[in-house]
Amino acid sequence: MDSHPAGGVGLSVPHDSAHLHVSGEALYIDDIPEVRGTLHAAIGMSERAHARIKSMDLSRVRAAPGVVAVLTARDVPGKNDYGPVVADDPIFATTLVQYYGQSIFAVAAETVEQARRAARLAVVEYEDLKPILTAEAAVRAESFVLPTERLQRGDPAGAIATAPHRLSGRIHIGGQEQFYLEGMIAYAVPKEDGTLLVYSSTQHPGEVQHQVAHALDLDANAVAVECRRMGGGFGGKESQPGLFACIAGIFAQKLKRPVKLRADRDDDMLITGKRHDFVTDYEVGFDDQGRILGVEFTLAGRCGYSVDLSCSINDRAMFHADNCYYLGNVGITSHRCKTNTQSNTAFRGFGGPQGMIGVEHVIDEIARFLDKDPIDVRRINFYGTKERNVTHYQQTIVDNVIGDIVEELEESSGYRARREAIRAWNRGSPWLKRGIAFTPVKFGISFTATHLNQAGALIHVYTDGTVLLNHGGTEMGQGLFTKVAQVVAEELAIDVDHIRVTASDTSKVPNASATAASSGSDINGKAAQAAASTLRQRLTAFAADQFDVPAEHVRFSNNHVRIGERTIAFAELVRLAYFARVSLSATGFYKTPKIGYDRKTWTGNPFYYFCYGAAVSEVVVDVLTGENRLLRVDILHDVGRSLNPAIDTGQIEGGFIQGMGWLTMEHLWWNDKGKLMTHAPSTYKIPVANDVPPVFNVKIYESGINAEDSIYRSKAVGEPPLMLAISVHHAIKDAIASLVDYHASPRLNTPATAEEILHCVEELRARVNEAAATSRTEKVSA
Amino acid sequence: MATRQRTATHGDPIRFVLDGEIRSVDGVAPTRTVLNFLREDLGRTGTKEGCAEGDCGACTVVLGELAGNDVRFRAVNACIQFLPTLDGKELITVESLKGEDGALHPVQRALVDCHASQCGFCTPGFVMSLFALYKTQHDPSRSQIADALAGNLCRCTGYRPIVDAGKKMYEYGAERQDRHQHWMNCSFSSANDRELNQSEREMIERLRAIRRSKTLFVRHGGSTFYAPLTLKELADLRLAHPDARILAGGTDVALWVTKQHKDLPVVIYVGDVAELKAIDRTDAGIDIGAAASLTDAYDALVSTHPELSELYRRFASPPIRNAGTLGGNIANGSPIGDSMPVLMVLGTRLLLRKGRRARELGLDEFYVGYQKTALEPGEFVERIRVPRRDPLSLLRTYKISKRFDQDISAACGAFCITLQKGKVAEARIAFGGMAATPKRAAATENALVGRDWSEASVKAAMAALDKDFAPITDMRASAGYRCSVARNLLYKCYLETCGQKAPTQVVEFAM
Repeated sequence: MDSHPAGGVGLSVPHDSAHLHVSGEALYIDDIPEVRGTLHAAIGMSERAHARIKSMDLSRVRAAPGVVAVLTARDVPGKNDYGPVVADDPIFATTLVQYYGQSIFAVAAETVEQARRAARLAVVEYEDLKPILTAEAAVRAESFVLPTERLQRGDPAGAIATAPHRLSGRIHIGGQEQFYLEGMIAYAVPKEDGTLLVYSSTQHPGEVQHQVAHALDLDANAVAVECRRMGGGFGGKESQPGLFACIAGIFAQKLKRPVKLRADRDDDMLITGKRHDFVTDYEVGFDDQGRILGVEFTLAGRCGYSVDLSCSINDRAMFHADNCYYLGNVGITSHRCKTNTQSNTAFRGFGGPQGMIGVEHVIDEIARFLDKDPIDVRRINFYGTKERNVTHYQQTIVDNVIGDIVEELEESSGYRARREAIRAWNRGSPWLKRGIAFTPVKFGISFTATHLNQAGALIHVYTDGTVLLNHGGTEMGQGLFTKVAQVVAEELAIDVDHIRVTASDTSKVPNASATAASSGSDINGKAAQAAASTLRQRLTAFAADQFDVPAEHVRFSNNHVRIGERTIAFAELVRLAYFARVSLSATGFYKTPKIGYDRKTWTGNPFYYFCYGAAVSEVVVDVLTGENRLLRVDILHDVGRSLNPAIDTGQIEGGFIQGMGWLTMEHLWWNDKGKLMTHAPSTYKIPVANDVPPVFNVKIYESGINAEDSIYRSKAVGEPPLMLAISVHHAIKDAIASLVDYHASPRLNTPATAEEILHCVEELRARVNEAAATSRTEKVSA
Repeated sequence: MATRQRTATHGDPIRFVLDGEIRSVDGVAPTRTVLNFLREDLGRTGTKEGCAEGDCGACTVVLGELAGNDVRFRAVNACIQFLPTLDGKELITVESLKGEDGALHPVQRALVDCHASQCGFCTPGFVMSLFALYKTQHDPSRSQIADALAGNLCRCTGYRPIVDAGKKMYEYGAERQDRHQHWMNCSFSSANDRELNQSEREMIERLRAIRRSKTLFVRHGGSTFYAPLTLKELADLRLAHPDARILAGGTDVALWVTKQHKDLPVVIYVGDVAELKAIDRTDAGIDIGAAASLTDAYDALVSTHPELSELYRRFASPPIRNAGTLGGNIANGSPIGDSMPVLMVLGTRLLLRKGRRARELGLDEFYVGYQKTALEPGEFVERIRVPRRDPLSLLRTYKISKRFDQDISAACGAFCITLQKGKVAEARIAFGGMAATPKRAAATENALVGRDWSEASVKAAMAALDKDFAPITDMRASAGYRCSVARNLLYKCYLETCGQKAPTQVVEFAM
């Protein structure tokens, strides 16, 4: 008998909702049939980036057709706040508005259209205050949401000062809109005795439950939050769905009617936070081989008007300022800039990508300066496996496979030969320049807030042998529900088709952490495995007892249970167990072991393990316009032992393309009044099908295995592949550098739009011409 | 459904076919979008709203229209399509595709088998764009599939598996014969290989049955909608309602409703006027009816001006080009429409009609200020006349935007240079995105005429561009970049026409 059921771990099981996605039958929150009497809400937004509200006349709003109720801060029964960590996110601003788009009131009406029309009718008088709009302006003004942090190992200043070579510079790293296709939405339905059911498109139902309870002055047990699936999250729905849920909840409680709040795309983009943009300054000292002897980073992350998750995000940037490189003498200063813009929040990578870009930029600068292939400078700086293997935060790396990955990819991509061929080609092509770059990724897995690394699961087995599975994770498209079902299928040795995963629900699994930090299948998989294991043990004990065989002679395989010499169907054993009054429901719990660190000293083990990967990207750039195309990408990525290769490949490809969008075409642009002007897909451009490289070789690292006891030795895959796209940015730089025969380094910021590229080309030419002129002058005067 | 205000309704019911049944709808505001009608009135929630402005494709549906003895299928964005524009058509939504027996359509099966959905929210839109491709093209290349999907955003997958599905969907064949609407399972090739089958004949019969013989008139909730069938009726209605909003593709006007929440008291829809959709090729050139879709208009233009094929490919997205019209692109008066620069340099003239009076005006005289045109009250654009090209002229167009596909230009330049004995006999240069209107570059043209077509004179003319344009800085580009790139585009035009062989087009490497 084949011991593997259909759909156990390691198989490319289709997404559990794939057949519903394609038929339009998958229900998102706006698709749930509305309860009779449902009202629709809209948010009235600030039209100033920074101002005092002198007066707010809402009489026209109230009088508008279809309007049933209007809310301001005064109408919040509990706490007027939805801040996830610090109480600085008012549901409705009161006297002070801190960004253009901030919620100041809300209106509920009979139809969506009526609510949205009414929300535009407020007459608000503002007294303008000076806004701070950029990270640089915030640093100048010492405007911070949290104190500046400093992490140091060794003597960076001394090492830099005595190094044979020194370089310094600055790179601007742009932000990024999550652009989940399903916008923010919450639907609050009043239940008996003042309780509330809230459907929320959220990565963190437990947090929405608490936010709504606090806003409504209810106990947590009076609010249930449910989410079957999101139409994308990417971090954007980790902390900020609370605003929409709180407003819908307050209306529902006040009016005793169901209330839905679905943000229009433009409103969503104006209201919610994005990936933090960074300004990174560096100074580095290195030797003739390119080995970094000392490096100093100053990271200024734009947090926006409030703290939100910015503490952990900027911490993660600091933790990833090394990427794959051993930095013996390193100092990192991290400013958490307060600006009058949206409160920036989680987005795939969570500060890690911004931290990583800094050191990758430094490596590239060194390579250019020494006229070396950047891959060689990278390699010489890689962490070792026996020595030089302790991070700047004193975690010993025990699972380093980057050397092996780079070697394999260097070979399979033909990197060296292509690099030479490209250089030769460029010599005959004055207007189009090709470029190639190879960049590695090392990404730490675990929430750096250690207590969040826990998960719960609940499994019911029904008397027909089918299984209902619930866990604390949320499904946002990443295939978590499918992977966890595969784990349970494997554990119970039944077909995955017999397992149904139900909506994330605070009343089934309580106090669950956000589905974030790539940890979804790691922790929920383990929790579900524990629950399934409990059930299996109960069934084993029952079978052993019932058929009088030793427990070790009870074996589950392929939808059957072998009990001594006898084999019965799983469903039959379940039925027998039911009549014998065996509990067929179990919970499971998991907490990630071995982690913990001291944030005061920045030492310890924030991460359970690391994910690795590498990418080679090739581009062609038009140096007259800055237009460019991505021509070929080769990726080798470590997912440990893949739980589901199809889903993991989807995460790698999707993450890469999303990262490529971030670093090339996705450009957030605020006007001088602080209004975000790129607030819809007409003005904010994410990649489309034609932006995918015509050659896209994506491979899972076959020798990958998690050194730690993770779920079936797999590795997390959500975030790390995004950073593979740094290779695209470097390939563009490589193409531009060919203009000056690779003797000077282009100062290319991100996103590398056509405009940024042309600007970089012009700056590079001017710099090189000026240097040539200076050296001529010097020669003449000498 | 939420309670909606009931107001007096007059006029004709809107009739269309959905899932093989003729639907007759009245009592709905004429500016109600097809998307809201589907989701809120019919509870068909498979079609999603991602942006409500035609830029994400989550709401893509397919329309079937009679075209002679056949049916023409085209993907459109339901979020910016007003309900009365469905009149006389077949509406196909994601729910239409799944068989009564629960079996998935080949397009849907391919997407499942290729692991092409993650969060699934964009998926119904991809299903419908691929369905339109399935019905209109046989064995498309990966690049053609990607072009067909240019209006569909997916934030999860990275698109590779979706494009794979666009290849794979043809592999399943139309093996299921038992279905009521069997024609849906027949791909383009299989439909053309044989006689129309029973279900196709029935579909055509239903569409014939709802063909209208007079102007559609709908009045509800303070808004009146006319869809005339003839040019004369249109001209009369336009005269009678000089303040009416002319609706063609709705790719801009619909946003006034979905985004700006404006009321449109009177709407005259030109999409049913047969004369206005006609495209005539004459000795004098191409004569395009103002209501011809961008798809049809550009098909015609590219056939005589192959230099426009890249501009066409990058012009908006297939659903937008299927709905939007060339006349709308022109009459809208936007400074950033992509057709105007090239039409200007081709010497395009417009036929404008007011009642029985018709007059011709050069396109380069049509724009009088920001979003202002020379149209008089009661007047409308009837035809767009592109003269026959001078076979010796050199034609180039360039579009600069942050994303290659479906993006609004930061700058769009068109160059038409006629050389005689190595000297510039005529130079026509126009830009969009560089001024309050699409505009000719008179000083630059003057700097070139009579000179050699040489690096030196081109460099001199590049400097003259600053006299022609003082662009603004906005979210699409800075003023500085617009000026630099405009100059460089002239240079690029020179490079591509002076005989030098080094490559200049990045897209050639990305196919």
